[in-house]
Amino acid sequence: MQHRISEFLIGLLFGLGLILSGMTDPGKVIGFLDIFGAWDPSLALVMAGAIAVGFFAFAFAKKRTVNFLGGTLHLPKSNQIDKPLVIGAVLFGAGWGLAGFCPGPGLVSMASGQVKGVLFVVFMVIGMQLFEMFNRRVSKPK
Amino acid sequence: MTIDWIHFTPWLSLGGGILLGLASAAFILVNGRILGISGILGGLLVPRLGDIGWRIAFLLGMAAAPFVSGLLLPSGYLEAPRIEAGYIAIAVAGLLVGFGTRYGSGCTSGHGVCGLSRLSPRSLVSTLTFMGLGFLVVYVMRHAF
Repeated sequence: MQHRISEFLIGLLFGLGLILSGMTDPGKVIGFLDIFGAWDPSLALVMAGAIAVGFFAFAFAKKRTVNFLGGTLHLPKSNQIDKPLVIGAVLFGAGWGLAGFCPGPGLVSMASGQVKGVLFVVFMVIGMQLFEMFNRRVSKPK
Repeated sequence: MTIDWIHFTPWLSLGGGILLGLASAAFILVNGRILGISGILGGLLVPRLGDIGWRIAFLLGMAAAPFVSGLLLPSGYLEAPRIEAGYIAIAVAGLLVGFGTRYGSGCTSGHGVCGLSRLSPRSLVSTLTFMGLGFLVVYVMRHAF
């Protein structure tokens, strides 16, 4: 139960961060990506603020073996820079630039009742499901 | 390059970013998880016993954020979202973001915030790539034709 409460509160904090920072405004995201037009540098400050805090937290986390609630600390182990990493980021970046939504802000936008937020999330989940089907085909032993 | 001073929100964006960093810090230290939205959501499509509750709890918290911010902030404090993309563009973008984030193992939160914070070379490559594509697509849409 402790876990569920903390996960809920951290989700809430993250959602509030997205709203305050302007990430849930696709116009602001596209304004940041539009370096050849009227550029809105706000999102660089979002990244700077987040990483300034995150850097110390992860440095501390790397020294620990268990989390504060006594469970496993799940740190990613993969170090390989491979095709899926790059192709996935290409597809994601194209979609991000096209509409100005990434997954978190899309979900918050849906929760705030934006019709286009709902539409984005529905198609994002379909895209994720297509990946699962693709993944099963690719990883099936021949 | 010209700066869009009208929409530039340095303090709100820095403050919001710090909240994102605090949430990512709390998630790894308290719950032992990487705060990556595409991974948290995508994991629900291949549900495994004992691996569902934490995802739902987190996503419900996120979904509560617009209501809580509505209670905390005076109305009109934040600008209303500007969504220029039409329905078809939104749907195509959703498909690309959904497939791409799962294939590339993360998005702006997992790679961009958590990955860069822990100095992961994989996340650096991912972030530079998706940002590069974002710049390119917006350039093509706004300036190429």
